[in-house]
Amino acid sequence: MTYVKNRLRRTMMFVPGNNPAMIKDAGIYGADSIMLDLEDSVSLTEKDAARMLVYEAIKTVDFGGAEVVVRVNGQDTPFYDEDVRAMVKAGVDVIRLPKTESAAMIQKLVKDMEAAETEFGIEKGSIGVMAAIESAQGVLHAPEIAASTPLMMGLAVSGEDYTADMHTHRYPDGEELRFARNMVLNSARAAGVYAFDTVFSNMKDTEGFYRETNYIHELGFDGKSLVNPRQIPMVNEVFKPTKAEIAQAKNVQNAIREAKAKGSGVISLNGKMVDKPVVEKAERVLATAKASNLIDEEGNYLGE
Amino acid sequence: MENKVGRILPDDLMAKMNLKPYESDEIGHPEVQRVAPKVRVTAGENKVVSSLEEVIKNNLKDGMTISFHHHFRNGDFAFNQVMDKIIELGYHDLTLAPSSLTGVMNDKVIEAIKKGVITNITSSGMRGSLGDFVSHGGLKNPVIFRSHGNRARSIEEGEIKIDIAFLGVPVSDPAGNANGQDGDAVFGSLGYALMDAKYADKVVLLTDNIVDYPNTPASIQQDQVDYVVKVDKIGDPDKIGSGATRFTKDPKELLIAQTVNKVIVNSPYFKQGFSFQTGSGGAALAVTRYLRQSMLDAGITASFALGGITKPTTDLLAEGLVKKVMDVQDFDKGAALSMAQNKDQQEIDASWYADPHNKGAVVNNLDVAILSALQIDTDFNVNVMTGSDGVIRGAIGGHQDAAKAKMTIITAPLVRGRNATIVPAVETVVTPGSSIDVVVTERGIAINPKRQDLLDAFSHVPGLKILPIAELQKLAEKQVGKPKKLEYTDRTVALIQYRDGTIIDTIKQVKD
Repeated sequence: MTYVKNRLRRTMMFVPGNNPAMIKDAGIYGADSIMLDLEDSVSLTEKDAARMLVYEAIKTVDFGGAEVVVRVNGQDTPFYDEDVRAMVKAGVDVIRLPKTESAAMIQKLVKDMEAAETEFGIEKGSIGVMAAIESAQGVLHAPEIAASTPLMMGLAVSGEDYTADMHTHRYPDGEELRFARNMVLNSARAAGVYAFDTVFSNMKDTEGFYRETNYIHELGFDGKSLVNPRQIPMVNEVFKPTKAEIAQAKNVQNAIREAKAKGSGVISLNGKMVDKPVVEKAERVLATAKASNLIDEEGNYLGE
Repeated sequence: MENKVGRILPDDLMAKMNLKPYESDEIGHPEVQRVAPKVRVTAGENKVVSSLEEVIKNNLKDGMTISFHHHFRNGDFAFNQVMDKIIELGYHDLTLAPSSLTGVMNDKVIEAIKKGVITNITSSGMRGSLGDFVSHGGLKNPVIFRSHGNRARSIEEGEIKIDIAFLGVPVSDPAGNANGQDGDAVFGSLGYALMDAKYADKVVLLTDNIVDYPNTPASIQQDQVDYVVKVDKIGDPDKIGSGATRFTKDPKELLIAQTVNKVIVNSPYFKQGFSFQTGSGGAALAVTRYLRQSMLDAGITASFALGGITKPTTDLLAEGLVKKVMDVQDFDKGAALSMAQNKDQQEIDASWYADPHNKGAVVNNLDVAILSALQIDTDFNVNVMTGSDGVIRGAIGGHQDAAKAKMTIITAPLVRGRNATIVPAVETVVTPGSSIDVVVTERGIAINPKRQDLLDAFSHVPGLKILPIAELQKLAEKQVGKPKKLEYTDRTVALIQYRDGTIIDTIKQVKD
């Protein structure tokens, strides 16, 4: 496995690190990222077993091209050190630190990872990190956390713990998370890293799931954390670009080609200059369109 | 001798039982002679009796063949009542020829075998303690497993000669006009039992519900019936339904179902007036749901759905997405109740459904069949009869028959627990690979190389991952490793017939 900073990350599927059947099949559902969990879904008595299981799984299981993230136990637990060592040795793509409240915590993680990389003779910086923001402290320090290391892959809002910290709980309208979501998203964007929304646990409320996913897509999140593989196609449906967006992206792509052919440093489309964010957006749209089976390898539109 | 699917058959047994090895799934156009039952003529008076014992004493002799149906499934109160009496009366050397054996019958069959009451069995399948008992050599003579269509053929051609059929029904009139659609213990179609009613020398109905003459619709007719035995209770309504109508929430089953739907929708058969058979399991029911949406999206309807029917299928009928349901058996109460309400849900007997030796069975008109499997091998042969331990734990059902559809899709997870589902060679060949077209797993699909047309049709479908079946087998082996070869004794405990009566495989006694 190799960590790639920029890739499609619409869906990050949580898989309990102590469930071999679910780990074995995690790669079949088309999740962009798979998050194997050593933290909340594993009871205290199973921490060591789960760590070994996840270690072996990373070494042997075919995850179908998904990025593999492991959520280690928090820095305030006795499991953290071994978790980090084992995951670095296994060669995971990304390590996710729970309950991140400061840039220092991420810098400690990076230092611990470097130590493990040295110990196991692994190239430094080959594994990314991400921070779960789960408290008021975390939200208020999100800008520093996002910018704390060049290895930062992204920030994730963790709604359950955050709302508890805020003396509230989850509501269907999401008002209680509004500030946290926007803080995390803006911090991520400012630092040029990814932003992930929190999980939606009620599998019976399909309508509510779509409502929330549409909302966070509208805000600009890159993806959503998921608790069930059945949510993957629903997120992909929401993140699917429209026909017009694809056409526009292809126009931008053509303009880039033309500029290159002409040897011009300035890309223009319909007489207007095309800026970097527009170029990047076009790349994102086309990558998402391809992953959604809306265009083929040559970019031909396949939708209705 | 070796048959055409490479299975070595015991020469002595084949000769002794006058059996032929399996050659081909092509039936051709043989001319066959059918048999007719012996009829004891009456004007129909005094058929209603309350003493099952009298009926048995006056009609049953040692060495005879008796039959039952399995439409009550695990809610069956008929089989054990009859067998208790037969055992009590001390009969011997009977052949048991039911349409199939359900779990609730297991202990009674074992008791009857141990006491020498039953010495031969032919069935669609067996499971649980009975399968275990037979696989460990509990019955001296080999069991003959037949598909539903093959049982119909064997009855028509006299290979199974039923002396007395004991048929439980939820309603009958005093003359024997009966159906499966009224009463407390409704199960819907009487499809399999209709063969017994037509061809048995003596037909004994058992019911807890005798209504005024004439009872219509009459699936079993008075002219076929010798006795109507009144019993206290014929079935447990709560256990008749297989409880299969709940949609699965298992994401892997749903993924497989979605892939099956993708295969169907992108096949040349998905067009106005197509037909399909799904079956019960979780994935099959989910396919029905996805297929419904695809039919709505494409604006097409199916001409018929076939087979064992479930409520999701009768719902499609009620919605107008399926024009007719050709119904040989109902798996749940919803489907059973729908039969009484919807004239487009046609009860069909096992011959009409699937008999290979008639003038055209419904399976011959079938476009798409979705079937399950315990194992599939790299020649596409399917095992639905023995587990990974070699023990009998399944039923042919309509598997071999429905596999004659124009496109037969097998659905199975790549592995179950620690056992591979896709294997180098199945333990027991039940349905020959030549009649299988597509295998769908959660890791990808395999297409029988003889179906280049399907390979072409599916190769550009986004999200459909096509792999050679040998690749799927390797993926499975990578996950669970290579199993130790199972050990059997030389003794044959069961024969698997193909639809035409030829022997496609045998099951040996497992070594303890």
